Amino acid sequence: MEAWFALLVGIFFTVAVYLLLSKFIIRVLLGVAILGNAVNLLIFAGGRLTRDVPPIIPDGAEALVAPAANALPQALILTAIVISFSFFAFLLVLSWRAYKDLATDNTDEMRVAEPVDEPVPPLGY
Amino acid sequence: MAASIAPSADLSTALVHAPPTAAAWLVILPVAWCLAVGALLVMLRRPIALHPTIAIVGLAGLVLIDGLLLREVAENGPMTMVMGRWLPPFGIAFTADLTGALFALAAAIVALVAGVFSLADINDSGRRYGFYPLLMLLMAGVSGAFLTGDIFNLYVWFEVLLISSFGLLVLGSEPEQIDGTVKYGFLNLVATTLFLIATGYLYAVLGTLNMADIARKAEGLRDSAPLVTLAGLFMLAFAMKAAAFPVNFWLPASYHTPRVVVSALFGGLLTKVGVYALVRVMVMLFPVEREELSFVLAVAGALTMIVGVLGALAQTDFRRILGYLIVSGIGSMLAGIAVGGPGGTGGAIFYALHSMLVMTGLYFASGIALRLGASSSIDTLAGLYRRHAGFAALTLMLCFAVSGLPPFSGFWPKVMLVKAALDIGAWWLAATLLLAGFLTTIVTGRLFLLAFWREGAHAAGEVEALSPATLGPLAVLTGLTLLIGLYPEPLLVMIQNAAAGLAEPSGYVDSVFPGGRP
Repeated sequence: MEAWFALLVGIFFTVAVYLLLSKFIIRVLLGVAILGNAVNLLIFAGGRLTRDVPPIIPDGAEALVAPAANALPQALILTAIVISFSFFAFLLVLSWRAYKDLATDNTDEMRVAEPVDEPVPPLGY
Repeated sequence: MAASIAPSADLSTALVHAPPTAAAWLVILPVAWCLAVGALLVMLRRPIALHPTIAIVGLAGLVLIDGLLLREVAENGPMTMVMGRWLPPFGIAFTADLTGALFALAAAIVALVAGVFSLADINDSGRRYGFYPLLMLLMAGVSGAFLTGDIFNLYVWFEVLLISSFGLLVLGSEPEQIDGTVKYGFLNLVATTLFLIATGYLYAVLGTLNMADIARKAEGLRDSAPLVTLAGLFMLAFAMKAAAFPVNFWLPASYHTPRVVVSALFGGLLTKVGVYALVRVMVMLFPVEREELSFVLAVAGALTMIVGVLGALAQTDFRRILGYLIVSGIGSMLAGIAVGGPGGTGGAIFYALHSMLVMTGLYFASGIALRLGASSSIDTLAGLYRRHAGFAALTLMLCFAVSGLPPFSGFWPKVMLVKAALDIGAWWLAATLLLAGFLTTIVTGRLFLLAFWREGAHAAGEVEALSPATLGPLAVLTGLTLLIGLYPEPLLVMIQNAAAGLAEPSGYVDSVFPGGRP
């Protein structure tokens, strides 16, 4: 199960990186969303995947023993999901504003803050 | 009913029963205080005339709290408070040691002077869009990052300060700001996601998130676990947050776009949170792995220094010059972390504290120059010295400080770093540090010659008045820089103790696990 998950997480990361390398901001945005989910699945798989054994610490042990799934990574993901979703929402609105105000969604053409035809700094006094 | 069924559990092995002492509350108070004041400001959305007063009183309170915390930690060693009284490593721990307390105090001072400077810089529309609540929430995130003792919690505070910084960055919604925020936002989100990946792996490998517990458990797992890979991932994530070459491009693209006071805050605080996290993780949690990666870190540091300062030489805009100078300074801190030892780590911490004060001050200066000269380009700025000699003098001192010239605060960390680099035989790193300092002197010298000393169109003898809220913050930061430069002894001793506490974290571990781990 974990091996299949590792493969799936790998595919997610591949797709996310491919999209993040795009020039178009909407694809970068999709890349960010998939990247967040790839990380969530990664942490999920890190805590073992099974529902057959209830996560109860047996007598005498100090921590969960092998076949039971650890619940803490699942709690971590809940936090990470909330955070990545809110960031995605913010970036979505920001990208839309950028598209409207800068009239482009190509990052190569977003040169308002760093203009292309900048003057050379003064070379003498 | 339930009581009779439940087995009699010995709660003393799960919970802390002794109520926390009054001093222990200081550990959590900076965060709680900032969140409370921020929440109050959010509730008082309409009466914006009240915002500055509440925020400045709040930030003054934060300086006081962080000052008390630093005194307490300097006297009694690291302090820990665990959320919900759960015994660590199960409860989320907040642990303040000297490093964290020093960074927190410096951040609070920077935020307070920025709060005062904002009186003249943030107009009504900025207040209505929530500059002051965002400022307080940013400080909650920054303080939390400096004081937390749990690595996942560190990630959460990173996100808190990141979302507040987004809000501050787009305040005003001009096309330039939106452009800058797009780059800042996406790249920083990717950086924190990298941090989250590393944290996920860390938990999967070590089974703990508590920093003191990680430091101890890593000891026994060095042979079997891929800790160097893990440390490398953390290094990449934090280097991106700190704007180290080659992942620094978001900083010069965005830091010159927002309001001046926002630039000043970011320039002072945000990259240093990345440096702090790098110091904490590489020096305290993974010292052996830091040794393995030190060459990569040193090369990245040297390139960051040179690329940063060459970028600064190629700019005409005052604030864009400063953005590149921040990057160059980050390179020096990375070099210190790479060299390690008391001199290297101490030098990196000292440089970070110095950079917080000086970069904020220089951004203030750029704002005042913009107001006096109606331009931010060193092509057109001229004759500022005639307009206000006091302002020119303060700026000149900050220019000396950022170049690392005595008698200002930049001199001592540079001495420590160069000496530490020479001690381990890394002459090329020491040479790069000195070269970067020399080039920085050229950058600031040119800036001062052109913008301040060059004859302007302004008639002689006409001196413009600057309000205390404008000049005061600049004067306070310059004064602190000069004070640290002239009398570095108390701070130096504290920084050396802080570096020693990171290299040998037994005090930190003992404060989290007072009775030794069961």
